[in-house]
Amino acid sequence: MVDITDPKRTKQAASRRDFLKAGLLGGAAVAASAGVARAAGDPLITEIQDWNRYLGEGVDVAPYGKPSEFEANVVRRNVPWLTADPVSSINFTPLHELDGIITPNGLCFERHHGGTAIINPADHRLMINGLVDTPLVFTMEDLKRFPRENRVYFLECAANGGMEWRGSQLNGCQFTHGMIHCVVYTGVPLRYLLEEAGVKTNGKWLLAEGADASAMTRSIPMEKALDDCLVAFKMNGEALRPEQGYPLRLCVPGWEGNMWVKWLRRLEVGDEPWAQREETSKYTDLLANGKARRHTWVMDVKSVITSPSPQAPVTHGKGPLVITGLAWSGNGTIKRVDVTLDGGRTWQTARLDGPSLPKALHRFYLDINWDGSELLLQSRAIDDQGLVQPTKNELRAARGENSIYHNNGIQTWHVNNDGVVENVEVS
Amino acid sequence: KSQGAFGLGRKAMPDEIAAWDIDVRPDGTGLPEGRGTVAEGEPIFVENCAVCHGDFGEGAGRWPVLAGGQDTLRNDRPEKTIGSYWPYLSTVFDYVRRAMPFGNARSLSDDDVYALTAYLMYLNDIVDDEEFELSKDNFASVHLPNEANFIPDDRASEPHYAKGIEPCMSECKPGPVKITARAQVIDVTPEGEGDENS
Repeated sequence: MVDITDPKRTKQAASRRDFLKAGLLGGAAVAASAGVARAAGDPLITEIQDWNRYLGEGVDVAPYGKPSEFEANVVRRNVPWLTADPVSSINFTPLHELDGIITPNGLCFERHHGGTAIINPADHRLMINGLVDTPLVFTMEDLKRFPRENRVYFLECAANGGMEWRGSQLNGCQFTHGMIHCVVYTGVPLRYLLEEAGVKTNGKWLLAEGADASAMTRSIPMEKALDDCLVAFKMNGEALRPEQGYPLRLCVPGWEGNMWVKWLRRLEVGDEPWAQREETSKYTDLLANGKARRHTWVMDVKSVITSPSPQAPVTHGKGPLVITGLAWSGNGTIKRVDVTLDGGRTWQTARLDGPSLPKALHRFYLDINWDGSELLLQSRAIDDQGLVQPTKNELRAARGENSIYHNNGIQTWHVNNDGVVENVEVS
Repeated sequence: KSQGAFGLGRKAMPDEIAAWDIDVRPDGTGLPEGRGTVAEGEPIFVENCAVCHGDFGEGAGRWPVLAGGQDTLRNDRPEKTIGSYWPYLSTVFDYVRRAMPFGNARSLSDDDVYALTAYLMYLNDIVDDEEFELSKDNFASVHLPNEANFIPDDRASEPHYAKGIEPCMSECKPGPVKITARAQVIDVTPEGEGDENS
């Protein structure tokens, strides 16, 4: 057991911190010329480093670990001017810093309409009522006695990219595409719970309701509810985070994030949809002709290059460059992702790597040899239904610029000769 | 006693269902007993709502606009309010009762919500008589102006999806590609990338 009050150790730790600060400053210069042979040799190699001499922290220091202090910039961010108040608001997943397909729980974007409800699971109840044989109340303990499933799904806010309908606005894929996350959910198939209550034959719709101060409600067709919806209590192996609906949330795979009701407290079976605020005033898509689509549930085929991107510029100069990004579709799996370096004149098919799961994020890579010339990077996803991700101009031609939601248009990044990247649109 | 295969959970009591099941449908299903007039709604609105939504529903700061905007849905900058956009009055009643005032939800009586709903109809020129009384009995006869303008999801019929062809791989655009819009010109991205205090 390490005694952290030992003055000798405290002094030793302080000098280590000072050294780390100095090392960080020097490290930038070293990194810039890493790999270049020097007569004196790289002092990071030729000189014994602090972490190679002094002891590190013990196993009792971090009962719940956090990322390295050098990853402090990998955080959720918000855009204050987007909303009137941070309590009914949105923040963004730092996609530009992540890899693979699983989003760490602490980085999953948040969208609340009445803030994060804090609920003791012992106090939480789930009610099923309406057109059922027996209206039921479940405790969390009850729910954990049903057979469980584990599924990897993306959750994308319907408004992801909504600020970009009129043109390039926010400079970074965290802001233009970061209302999304993808985790392993553990939960009970919704149909088990509905079968327990006994859905009457005229029960064609389900209303899901949250326990928070917004009492979020959405109407879901029974066909979807009985298909692949989950009532989840774990994400990435641990309990849901409070901001993700602890202790219970609904998963509606492939469908817009608004329907994934958090702090789920009630499921009502009915014969008609309810036309709640979140499916009339909000989450309806205004078209140029003044009509508005409702019940636009599925999130369409989409992709984005996460690096290089405005927050992830090319800092290493010419030569090998990893282009990577994410693709997803609410219709199923991603069959193919194409990447262009010249704004869409010519395309090459990227390499998908990692699991390919339906209604989940897919990771793609294109490894190129950058000659230092300007690039206009785009990615174009194709899903297993054969649907091809459209351009923003194709979407605008069909919908106008005031749909707010469901912007799955192709994103363009301009990479200049210095490796600086900007969000742009092209002809 | 549960009827399901697992025998888990217990039967919900009528008072429990009544406490949580407050949703209202467009046909009026779910409405509670009660009533309220435009004139009764005005002081309730001024007291509980106007600080965010403005005295006339015009919205303060970035808070939502509740009234006005009629005939703007085809404009470059449409104003979507209860009067210009919402299809059903039931949603007004349901949402106000469920989630407003912001920060003090479920604090209004059913009569208060009827009166507020009547006042919001007045602010949106749906009624012009301050003595108009909204109640469970006449509620379903009210229709909002934009009810007919909502259509089913027909994205699959859009040309870019309908064509269903193999996308172009080479010589897809004639001549050099030009940049037509730039985010840095707009410059509204939060500063402080890499600054943990931002």
